[in-house]
Amino acid sequence: MVNSPFFLPLVGGMLIGLSASILYACNGRIAGISGILGRLVRKKPNPQWRILFLAGLLAGGVLFLFLTPEQFIIEVQRSVIVFLMAGTFVGFGTQLANGCTSGHGVCGLSRLSLRSLLATLTFMSTAIMTVWFINNFWEGKI
Amino acid sequence: MQGLITFLCGTLFAAGLVLSGMTLPAKIIGFLDIFGEWDPTLAFVMGGAVMVHLGFHQLFKKRERPLLASEFHLPDRTEIDYKLLGGSAIFGIGWGLGGFCPGPGIVSVVSTSPESILFFVGMLVGILFYHLIVALYKIPEAG
Repeated sequence: MVNSPFFLPLVGGMLIGLSASILYACNGRIAGISGILGRLVRKKPNPQWRILFLAGLLAGGVLFLFLTPEQFIIEVQRSVIVFLMAGTFVGFGTQLANGCTSGHGVCGLSRLSLRSLLATLTFMSTAIMTVWFINNFWEGKI
Repeated sequence: MQGLITFLCGTLFAAGLVLSGMTLPAKIIGFLDIFGEWDPTLAFVMGGAVMVHLGFHQLFKKRERPLLASEFHLPDRTEIDYKLLGGSAIFGIGWGLGGFCPGPGIVSVVSTSPESILFFVGMLVGILFYHLIVALYKIPEAG
């Protein structure tokens, strides 16, 4: 079972769920990354917890960069500049939608939110369509 | 104490993102390639996360306040409108383009790969651009 390709995604997902649960149980806050970053950028009140959470994210990143460096290798058929554009869409869209894969997809669905269900179905659909588009009109590389 | 827990939650979250493969754009794009060479393994990431977090919410439902903080901070938007759906659509396009969503987009910066740095910079630009438009055009928005 440990060798199954589903094992690490499942365990990783459960850790994400656990993190969100502890954050909510103890501090009453939603672990929605786009919201945390967005509200920090807008200098909304009580930035301390957002700074601490992001610092923890980065610290975890550094730790795992040493433990599992292979998980940071970029191996996609995308030119480097596409990442700039992708980031802009993600940044803009998540602010407009007030959530992302963690905010709507994990936290919202777990709270049985209809808004989050519709948001998740929508971003999954356009993400799938985008990949399909790139594969069929640009032969998978842009 | 609250601060330490918040920090550790961030670290745990990052651990989940990295171990699950969410920081690998190639894996994300494979997961989104359902009409091509589909790699379904990442479905277990959201599946596992929701399984744990939904279960937690069911157990925690009746509480009036968090264990340490004084109140819950819940989102207050209720409308299903163009902002929710349009925003999600745009976010999805970005996700399909780059294979990164916000969490991995932040965590991956530690690798200093040009792709992750450009994505993160782009994300900041997108965030700032959105809020600039909202301020300039005084578009009513919640939260």
